[in-house]
Amino acid sequence: MTGAQIVLECLKQEGVSVVFGYPGATIAPFYDALAKDGSIRHVLVRQEQNAGHAASGYSRASGKVGVCCTTSGPGATNLITGLATAYMDSIPMVALTGQVRSDLLGRDVFQEADITGACEPFTKHSYLATDTQELPTIIKEAFHIAATGRPGPVLIDLPQDTLEREFEGEFVYPDSVDIIGYKPRTKGHPLQMKRALEAIAGAERPVICAGGGVVSAQSRRELLKFAEKLDIPVVSTLMGVGMMPTEHPLYMGMLGTHGIYSANYAIHHADLVILCGARVGDRAMSKPDQIAKKAQIIHIDIDPAEIGKNMKADIPIVGDIRLVLKNITEKSVEMKHTEWVDDLKQRKAAHTPVFNSIPGQVDPRNFMRTLSEEVSKHSKAILVADVGENQIWSANNFAFRGGRFLTSGGLGTMGYSLGAALGAKIAKPQRQVFAVCGDGSFQMMMCELATLKQHDVPVKVVIMQNNRLGMVRELQDKLYEGRYSGVMLDGSPDFVKLAQAYDIPAECIDDDSKVTEAIGRMLGSSEPYVLVCKVAEDIPSRQED
Amino acid sequence: MRYTITVLVQNHYGVLSKVAGLIARRGFNIESLAVGVTENPDISRMTIAVDCDESGVEQVEKQLNKLIPTIKVKVLEEGAYIARELTMVKVSCNARQREEIMTLAELMHARIIDVTATSLTLELTDTTARTENFISLLKPFGIKELVRTGISAIELGANTTKK
Repeated sequence: MTGAQIVLECLKQEGVSVVFGYPGATIAPFYDALAKDGSIRHVLVRQEQNAGHAASGYSRASGKVGVCCTTSGPGATNLITGLATAYMDSIPMVALTGQVRSDLLGRDVFQEADITGACEPFTKHSYLATDTQELPTIIKEAFHIAATGRPGPVLIDLPQDTLEREFEGEFVYPDSVDIIGYKPRTKGHPLQMKRALEAIAGAERPVICAGGGVVSAQSRRELLKFAEKLDIPVVSTLMGVGMMPTEHPLYMGMLGTHGIYSANYAIHHADLVILCGARVGDRAMSKPDQIAKKAQIIHIDIDPAEIGKNMKADIPIVGDIRLVLKNITEKSVEMKHTEWVDDLKQRKAAHTPVFNSIPGQVDPRNFMRTLSEEVSKHSKAILVADVGENQIWSANNFAFRGGRFLTSGGLGTMGYSLGAALGAKIAKPQRQVFAVCGDGSFQMMMCELATLKQHDVPVKVVIMQNNRLGMVRELQDKLYEGRYSGVMLDGSPDFVKLAQAYDIPAECIDDDSKVTEAIGRMLGSSEPYVLVCKVAEDIPSRQED
Repeated sequence: MRYTITVLVQNHYGVLSKVAGLIARRGFNIESLAVGVTENPDISRMTIAVDCDESGVEQVEKQLNKLIPTIKVKVLEEGAYIARELTMVKVSCNARQREEIMTLAELMHARIIDVTATSLTLELTDTTARTENFISLLKPFGIKELVRTGISAIELGANTTKK
């Protein structure tokens, strides 16, 4: 067996059934092995960055490690944004990159790039595999590192000769790993758990802040049980949206600069904040010290480095959120915080805006509300939002009832949604998968319409078209006295015609009255679909402007 | 404040750049970094001196711990360890000054490792404070070249970092 065949066998041993990628000379031996074997599906994207996003979307939707592969040099450097996006959002992925022959390394030969060096800040770990004999160990370790502890992308750089060389001896896939310096802790420290229980029992105005860690730990159910048994209101960060059902009486919405009033009120008036897998990013909590001054902080995270990084923690709990929440819930008695919860509920109701229809345009916030109504009749949808105003409209107005919300929360990568939706739909073909984007982000990734078509992946693409880079425009309104600079998207094509050129059905709507029926047609289609919504330029991202 | 951190890492290709890159990326300034293999050839030991506040050093420690090749990180407690650095310094000197410098070297327990008609090269292994003092005493003679390794540190007592 060659090294390339060994890589393939290892992937099979890891249960990999699909790889997103783009071939080239140095990775060609692996592509040959893929073709000869035929048991792993390869999805050819149109640009390598989107192979990264697709693997990420696949991983997030399936809970498994997503795999992507590219060639050396530009293939690998194009992938960097995909890796960085996954790294910031802690998504388990394994990326395989081709590399020039190991005897040529460092000589600046054709399509050589030091990708392990370049990706150092954007990967959980990386390998330059110069020895064919080490491939099984490396791949076993890579999958283990990607999926355990705080998940993240792992890069394996594969010189061409490593792939071509014959593997000596019998191939045995290791059944365990032993990395001396890597033993993630999963159970919370008993003393801190005890302190947390006391703090919870003594709190009058507790609030739970659910972050992306709740998603990673697959602890939706545990979060709900914990909140309900102890009657604690829940707010979420952008990465935590969808973990609590949006309409649950204890859910107070997304917090932060683009969040809603009741969520921000809750976190600023609580006497106990229970952070669950939230890294306290500046968009979620711009002044963490102010919150910490008024409240005790319990911080639960699997990554000890997150605790105390952006906010001081009174009670640090390092561990798996699922185990920790389960444990706390079991050891707690039922509680009621009626006054506090009612107060927040009233504030939420009083601040739930109504968006009046304006003829000749689609209000994207009304659109998202209608979409969630229509979808929930059918299935638990996966909503992938891109970055910008469309992201905030999605996060604040789509009601999640067991579905999922995927977005680039950390890096804020425009052009994320189509690739991620492609991966998610392949992971969960029975579910409706939407990619919601703006006309700016769409044009960063529209080449992937071909991928949807070629591989018959019926993702529904919703484009909020206002001919503006809306989020930057808002910023220029606020901070630069409305001097718009580089935010006009003139020259964009007719997206309906563009979709039709790919033989993808498409429609454009320009009035709120047309939304329900257009959504019906989109949901009724079994093909990929593009729905363009004409949106007025002045509709803000925030709910309450 | 200056902290001394000792790090045991797997003796692999690229680990030094991982460690140094991480500290720089997180916005901390490395004052010195010394690395060498340990009694176990698979493990290297780094001694890193950083200048930061208490929460800063806590972050450095936690972030270093996240690196997969890291085996053990320890921020050494003031007074609980011995730190030394090696310095080599080439000083201009004529025949008249030679005696004076040799006396100075003797007083500071420095060794003379090279002599020419116009220069003397001295070697000193000592604490950072005494090294600084030594250098300032040599300055008036004219320092032609100065090489410092940065500190290496070991804990006092029978305990080891591994334990």
